[in-house]
Amino acid sequence: MIGSIISSGVISPAWDNFFAVILGMGFGFALEASGFSSSRKIIGTFFGYDFVVVKVFFTAAIVASLGLLYFSYLGLLDFSTLYIQPTFLTSAIVGGIIMGIGFAMGGFCPGTSLCATAVGRLDGLVFFGGMFIGVFLFSEAFPLFESIYNSGSEGAKMVNTVFGISPELFTFFLVLAAIGMFAGAGWVQKRVKKVEY
Amino acid sequence: MKKIKNDGTYYLNPYLGGVILGTFLFLAFYISGRGLGASGAVKNSVAAGVNVIAPEHVAKSAYYSQFAGGDKQPMSNWLVFEVLGVLAGAFLSGIIFNRLKMKVEHSPKITSRRRLIFALAGGLIFGFGSQLGRGCTSGAALSGMAVLSFGGYITMIAIFGTAFLAAWIFRKNWI
Repeated sequence: MIGSIISSGVISPAWDNFFAVILGMGFGFALEASGFSSSRKIIGTFFGYDFVVVKVFFTAAIVASLGLLYFSYLGLLDFSTLYIQPTFLTSAIVGGIIMGIGFAMGGFCPGTSLCATAVGRLDGLVFFGGMFIGVFLFSEAFPLFESIYNSGSEGAKMVNTVFGISPELFTFFLVLAAIGMFAGAGWVQKRVKKVEY
Repeated sequence: MKKIKNDGTYYLNPYLGGVILGTFLFLAFYISGRGLGASGAVKNSVAAGVNVIAPEHVAKSAYYSQFAGGDKQPMSNWLVFEVLGVLAGAFLSGIIFNRLKMKVEHSPKITSRRRLIFALAGGLIFGFGSQLGRGCTSGAALSGMAVLSFGGYITMIAIFGTAFLAAWIFRKNWI
């Protein structure tokens, strides 16, 4: 079957929401089982006492990228049917900076706050509740931010084109960079005072 | 799997966790043609809620009207179903790894109250930023990186780069 399967019409689109639940379950399971329901474990990355976020995040990005590239190479996947996050440079940077501040204050990102909520962490539930207020405020104030939201549009730009290399070569370098980061993380963690949590 | 002494719970090896996460992310693209997300479900819920209370307001808003109003069904949405799955999957993991427990997790140096205030403020700010950035760490950064989106990489660098600096400002809450 050539992916994406739903767009190929082999399976009725009505099944898409069923798959959404199953895929979400795998996502939630992997996050929680890796320790992402604990804000102090997540935040360890920023102080050097626990690099689980870096290890899980980059391993996942590489596995998914490699899987998609291999399936595309083998003719099992039509890359043009995939949703590629469009690039709006200004809002990606400004939005990312705002998210980074919220991350350091709250200790979660949206997905991990859900996992924390699912295992009874009230700080996760409160973070998740806070998101509703933040989303509401942005939506109401949208006219104020509309110009930032829409500026710097570059369409579905691929990161490898920025460096003028193929997607495969970019991913190869990404793997090398990740291995370097994992080694560096281990080196730092050994030298940082352990934090009990 | 290594045992954590404090409370007797277990975590997966982070690389194994990453492979499982990456496999489901790959499957999301292979099956549904899209990545995994989290903040999008909040966006749809807010739009749906506002649409119940003030449908004219939604119809006039350039933002809400993209997701709710008219014949749009913001709660019957892929991301909403996916997020319900996230809750179920995390709950299942909590059972398996013996982590189900009601508590406020915080550094012994701060009170629960302070932790909750910062969690609320952090959630609010993150929620706001996730709308400006068209998605959060999952939907924009991780899923974007999987399909080599330039914007996904930029979002990832902006989030983690800022968090590294900001964590130092808020370090008294953590270490």
